[in-house]
Amino acid sequence: MDELVARARAALELVTDPEIPQLNLRELGVLRDVRASAEGLEIVLTPTYSGCPALDQIEQEVRAKMAELGLPARITRQLVPAWSSDWLGADARAKLRAAGIAPPQPAAGGAVVHFTAPRQAPLPCPRCGSGRTETIAPFGSTACKALHRCLDCGEPFDYFKPY
Amino acid sequence: MNAPTDYLLQLADTALVLAQRNAEWCGHGPVLEEDLAMANISLDLIGQARYLYQYAAAGLGGDASEDRLAYFRDANEYRCLTLVELPNHGPRSGGAACAPDYATTIVRNFLHAALMALLWAELQHSSDTQLAAIAARSVKEARYHLRHCGDWLLRFGDGTAESHARAQAALDHLWPYTQEFWTPSPAELAACAHAGAPHPASLHAAWDNRVDAAIAAATLQRPPNCGFLCRGKFGQHSEHLSYLLAEMQVVARAHPDAVW
Repeated sequence: MDELVARARAALELVTDPEIPQLNLRELGVLRDVRASAEGLEIVLTPTYSGCPALDQIEQEVRAKMAELGLPARITRQLVPAWSSDWLGADARAKLRAAGIAPPQPAAGGAVVHFTAPRQAPLPCPRCGSGRTETIAPFGSTACKALHRCLDCGEPFDYFKPY
Repeated sequence: MNAPTDYLLQLADTALVLAQRNAEWCGHGPVLEEDLAMANISLDLIGQARYLYQYAAAGLGGDASEDRLAYFRDANEYRCLTLVELPNHGPRSGGAACAPDYATTIVRNFLHAALMALLWAELQHSSDTQLAAIAARSVKEARYHLRHCGDWLLRFGDGTAESHARAQAALDHLWPYTQEFWTPSPAELAACAHAGAPHPASLHAAWDNRVDAAIAAATLQRPPNCGFLCRGKFGQHSEHLSYLLAEMQVVARAHPDAVW
């Protein structure tokens, strides 16, 4: 059984987020567990943003990958604990930066909403590292991203929203 | 204990109907960024509604499903707040043609997100662990929506004479519908008694503080409270909900059980 779990885990390393192909499901924090049970493998996934349409596709890809290996597996959607962008590790953040996406700053937690207050720490440009950046639009190309611009190198860039 | 199904449906219906209203801007937004913003806010709300409908359907059993709950209930079975079903423009009769007004959309979403940021924060502590988990995700989204709509409220209110007048008119039009927020429905009382949900009236002071501060910063006037009380949570809706549902449900009803 342990060997099956290990094979499944290794295969799942190759399943990436359809909208951020630089990150696999484990790095994204979506893959929570792979465990063996009497009925076969159970793969536990936690969805990210409520509005993210990628989850259905992710589940299909996980099913296809398991079928390819001939491993009977079922998928459990686990909502508790709620996904947080704080789950992205240092490696994942470095990969995002290399792809020109600014990684998420720490999620605000229970902080009070300030309507127009500037963000606490400057958001560094993923290309040139300058802290002089501005928000172009708080909603971007996908549910997880906002659009920003660097005032020094002039490049627009995506920012992975802290949630 | 778990929250009553009617309570889940009230939350889900409110999210779905507002999502449908906001989605009317898709392809028609005043600027590209706002077109994307409203579509993204709609996606968040649809996502929240889906988790709530799936949870409610699991509790109902039988042939209940998220699609059956969303597409095969009529207006009098919907439990959404009246505020979210109103059109994206000022007061007009149901079918009268009228250009959509972005100030109305922003003010409505602002008033609603200010409520939901507080309600979801409290529901994270519900004894219903599934509802608490949905709340933990949704509260982050509500805060983001509140921030975005608060930014626009400030720009409109403290902007040009035209934008100020339209924001104030939207506030005057929509304000009476917020009074429904604080009058508990039977589902809310049951959720409060058995599932650790907050009593609606307990959120009123905090909502006032946030909303008053934003209205003042936007140089707008807070409208006076009046005796009007709408009852969407009780299934008694404005004339606008049936039109909205007709458009939203027609394909599912024309091709029931279709798969794609």
